[in-house]
Amino acid sequence: MNMENNRPETVKSVAGGMAIDTAVTGEKNLKMDGTEETTIKMSARNLDVFYGEKQALFGIDLDVPEQSVTALIGPSGCGKSTFLRCLNRMNDTIDGCRVDGDIRIDQSDIYDRALDVVELRARIGMVFQKPNPFPKSIYDNVAYGPKIHGLAQDKDELDEIVRSSLERAGLLKEVVDRLDSPGTGLSGGQQQRLCIARAIAVSPEVILMDEPCSALDPIATAHIEELIDELRENFTIVIVTHNMQQAARVSQQTAFFHLGILVECNATNEIFTSPSDERTQGYITGRYG
Amino acid sequence: MTENSSRNLAIQLRKKRYAAERRFRLYGIISISIALGALCLLIGNMAAKGWSAFMQTYIILEVELPRDGLAPGGKIDIETLREANYVAYLRKSLRDNIPGVTSRRDRRSLYKLISSGATLDLQNRVLADTKLIGSKISIAAVASDDVDQFIKGNITAGSGGKISSKQAAWIKTLSDAGRIEKRFNTNLFSNGDSREPELAGIWGATIGSLLTMFVTVLLSFPLGVAAAIYLEEFARKNRWTDIIEVNINNLAAVPSIVFGLLGLAVFLSFFGLPRSAPLVGGIVLALMTLPTIIIASRAALSAVPPSIREAAIGMGASPMQVVLHHVLPLAFPGILTGTIIGAARALGETAPLLMIGMVAFIVDIPGSITDPATVLPVQIYLWADSPERAFVERTAAATLILLTFLILMNLIAVILRKKFERRW
Ligand SMILES: Nc1ncnc2c1ncn2[C@@H]1O[C@H](COP(=O)(O)OP(=O)(O)OP(=O)(O)O)[C@@H](O)[C@H]1O
Ligand SMILES: [Mg+2]
Repeated sequence: MNMENNRPETVKSVAGGMAIDTAVTGEKNLKMDGTEETTIKMSARNLDVFYGEKQALFGIDLDVPEQSVTALIGPSGCGKSTFLRCLNRMNDTIDGCRVDGDIRIDQSDIYDRALDVVELRARIGMVFQKPNPFPKSIYDNVAYGPKIHGLAQDKDELDEIVRSSLERAGLLKEVVDRLDSPGTGLSGGQQQRLCIARAIAVSPEVILMDEPCSALDPIATAHIEELIDELRENFTIVIVTHNMQQAARVSQQTAFFHLGILVECNATNEIFTSPSDERTQGYITGRYG
Repeated sequence: MTENSSRNLAIQLRKKRYAAERRFRLYGIISISIALGALCLLIGNMAAKGWSAFMQTYIILEVELPRDGLAPGGKIDIETLREANYVAYLRKSLRDNIPGVTSRRDRRSLYKLISSGATLDLQNRVLADTKLIGSKISIAAVASDDVDQFIKGNITAGSGGKISSKQAAWIKTLSDAGRIEKRFNTNLFSNGDSREPELAGIWGATIGSLLTMFVTVLLSFPLGVAAAIYLEEFARKNRWTDIIEVNINNLAAVPSIVFGLLGLAVFLSFFGLPRSAPLVGGIVLALMTLPTIIIASRAALSAVPPSIREAAIGMGASPMQVVLHHVLPLAFPGILTGTIIGAARALGETAPLLMIGMVAFIVDIPGSITDPATVLPVQIYLWADSPERAFVERTAAATLILLTFLILMNLIAVILRKKFERRW
């Protein structure tokens, strides 16, 4: 069962009703600094991922709470991107990649045969490590999603979606007088914000970000962190980052991956102040402490 | 001490590296010069040989158009005009210009100075304007190929030659009277093939080539691009796609005559399609071009950055939308280049067309893809095989024209690529 709504409020109420049914969700990992009624937007259970013969993820159990930022941290090659790409089934496009286990969004299985992947990806947007705007105009970059998903009745509505998406991505002021110029002609930080605008233009419920700031300078990074903090009010965000400070600054929940295993997942302040696993401690302190 | 020697070593190494770089650049320049030199030699040689074919000798004659012969009883009738004895009028004019030719043998060799094409020209003049009847008009009669070659200095007069000394003398007389003129050879561009070199032209072969190319591109472009898109974007990489890929690469290396044999066996014998037709030639060349287009298109598609694909997939575009909206527009310049290169190769192809009968002697300009036709390279082959001296320069001229077509096609490829690439 897929909900057709794109309005976060409605989805929340429905999901909230279902979250009481803990038979599926389980009762783990719900320690969100006391706010018990946080609903679980997405959940992974017993997730194994293989690239050919090689196993990249081992039995991951992780819940992503709604309207919050979940940070995925861990050393290079530990499977953060792999996990992230499972959440919107981007791994389907990789030859030889096999996903076992159960991933749910609002309680419905995203690997269900009856589910439309295209629609799923409209509900779960993605921002990549390297800014990858389409080689089209700024306007067309943002308008593309609403166009293919039929979210705008007419040109005015489309204009409005483009304008508000750019506004929310904090880019409108910089590009308002050159919407017809190529998106690839922007600076790296602007391009990444354009990609974020493009992702939020289809009003997704979840936004996945794979190291969105790794190619940016500190000012652009600060810009985007601010943006993430604002977006949290309407969207559920999962972000991969190598920057501990960034994880600490923007996220409410942090998950530490190591060699394909989810070592620890907890509220961010808990993880950074009193990690329960020594591998987590080593990673956090060893490199950035 | 050791520090010093290691620094010396470093300096020596750097010098060596620079020397190697200079040498490498020199090799590059040498190879480019050799390639360009070969091309210049080819074009220069063809131009030197073929240049004279663009001019043709004409004999200016005043021809009387007697009213009683063309319009008996003052009545103008198309049938009569068609049947009229134009040769006689031309010959009379020749005799008027060269007095004293009386013996039948001499007369016959005098008449040989002008081409049979002149008669047709005169007839067309009269048919186009019947008011000329009864007057005396000046007409540029196409000289025969031997006269033309003699004027151009390619053959000499004398016993046993194509031009006798008597004929040479007559030509001198005509020339002194200012009746010999060299004009631009329009026949070369407007006529089909002919047994008479002075009347032979490449227009028939050009139309044949265009019709054949039309069929070739119409078939091979969509098929090739569709196959490339499927293989590159949709097919799972497994044993089957490997086998297909190997076979396509093999097909690209198959000698072209094999495709001709295939065309003969399948399209002519089995399906009973017409011989010598651009339709069959086009199909055969399409089969030959297909692997080239598929390989080039696949290369162009796989050169599109994966990040664009990921971005589109991440936005929820369906596989079809990813290809049509994002990948194909970016790959298009490359696909186009591949297609034009493939088509250019097909345009210059002879061997497979010989097998399906496009080597026949065809005078008429083909009007459709099922009419018998020949193509430019086959026309060159046919002329190169002809014994007449006048065909030597025409062969070279036709080669120049074919080369011009090829250069034009490649130029179009470059322009189109630039045009599409400019969309950042
Ligand atoms: N397409 C692929 N094919 C085969 N193996 C892959 C593929 N993608 C990732 N892997 C392997 O899966 C493991 C996890 O990779 P993943 O990209 O998820 O790491 P990561 O945590 O994102 O690392 P990084 O921080 O460097 O981005 C690695 O060992 C990697 O080699
Ligand atoms: Mg990664």
